[in-house]
Amino acid sequence: MATYRHQHEHGSELSEMQLRVRALETVLMEKGYIDPAALDRIIEAYETKVGPHNGARVVARAWSNTVFKQALLDDASKAVRGMGHESRVGDHLVAVENTPQVHNMVVCTLCSCYPWEVLGLPPVWYKSAPYRSRAVKDPRGVLADFGVKLPKETQIRVWDSTAETRFLVLPMRPQGTEGWSEERLAQLVTRDCMIGTGLPKKPEEIA
Amino acid sequence: MDGIHDMGGMDGFGKVVAEPNEPPFHEAWEGRVLALQRAMSYAGAWQIDMSRSAQERLPPQVYLTASYYQRWELAMERNVIERGLADADEVAAGHAKHAGKPLKRKLTTDNFTDSMTRGSFYRQAQAPARFKPGDRVRARNIHPATHTRLPRYARGRLGVVELVHGCHAFPDAVATDKGDSPQWLYTVVFEGRELWGPDADTTLKVSIDAFEPYLEPA
Repeated sequence: MATYRHQHEHGSELSEMQLRVRALETVLMEKGYIDPAALDRIIEAYETKVGPHNGARVVARAWSNTVFKQALLDDASKAVRGMGHESRVGDHLVAVENTPQVHNMVVCTLCSCYPWEVLGLPPVWYKSAPYRSRAVKDPRGVLADFGVKLPKETQIRVWDSTAETRFLVLPMRPQGTEGWSEERLAQLVTRDCMIGTGLPKKPEEIA
Repeated sequence: MDGIHDMGGMDGFGKVVAEPNEPPFHEAWEGRVLALQRAMSYAGAWQIDMSRSAQERLPPQVYLTASYYQRWELAMERNVIERGLADADEVAAGHAKHAGKPLKRKLTTDNFTDSMTRGSFYRQAQAPARFKPGDRVRARNIHPATHTRLPRYARGRLGVVELVHGCHAFPDAVATDKGDSPQWLYTVVFEGRELWGPDADTTLKVSIDAFEPYLEPA
């Protein structure tokens, strides 16, 4: 800590937030509440292991296996747990299926609730005021911000994550992917299409 | 509380701007904040709704101008101090002057993955569920001064119960240190026009997850 103080007194290269976080971490460590080495490991896991590739595997499997798809829609926590994921899924995951009639979109207007275990950390826009304020009132406007335009008769269903339930959108399988392996299908699955602000890639986009 | 955090339906915040190839953290300290929060939750220092409540109690101008992880950090400082885990002068100085309080457990390099799985919020039901799928319900017009998960835009509005998620810890009670006070949790769907008036998009439906005390039969 002496080092940080020294830098601070000399007009520091460290930002105010860096100093503030280090001060808090130091106090909590000295109190015996936390082990900084455990913090390092958590950060490393979020930087390297947990991300939307986990969710993409789930979607690709649902696209290629109707039994798994039904299990996912019946109890997503249980179905995803059965895949032996790197980050284990908690109890309250719900998968919602897009159809030609209904497009699903997920938001947390009150904070930032997001299915971290399958999608990783939420992007900044998901946690931002523009998305949180508009998704429930003008979802088509939000989709336009993402360059997505849906038929005007498509029903739009917005899921506001106001409790501990977490929602994963199961997008529609793109046409022209008959006979594709799960691995190849997973390449079409973007993070945004599992939030509902995007659509899966088309086969020609990954060719 | 009727705070700035309750943003659903507000206008004026502008377009949603996505950052291409966004990194997990933009600054190293953001990762520290996330990991500190995980470690302190694991230790049993506070529960997630206490954390949310501390953010909601930030002054509105701070809430709007602080970055996401700045809000987390400010909320964490508040919980540390309010819960007697460190004194304000210790936090300000970045040094402990007194020994810590005993906490339930400690996150280490051996068990850190335990903090990456969300805990279960299911609790033993105290009474049968009052509503079932298909029931018409009205979200109560309530304005608790403390933490609640009933967004303003739904209050007083008529909806239909779609899913019953079982009995869960009740955030309004947890955040005010009143224990879990388990309550039934439902997904309730509202028509866009019910929420936003006759000019709203007729293809829109919005659902919230509502605890039983937020609802009345309609």
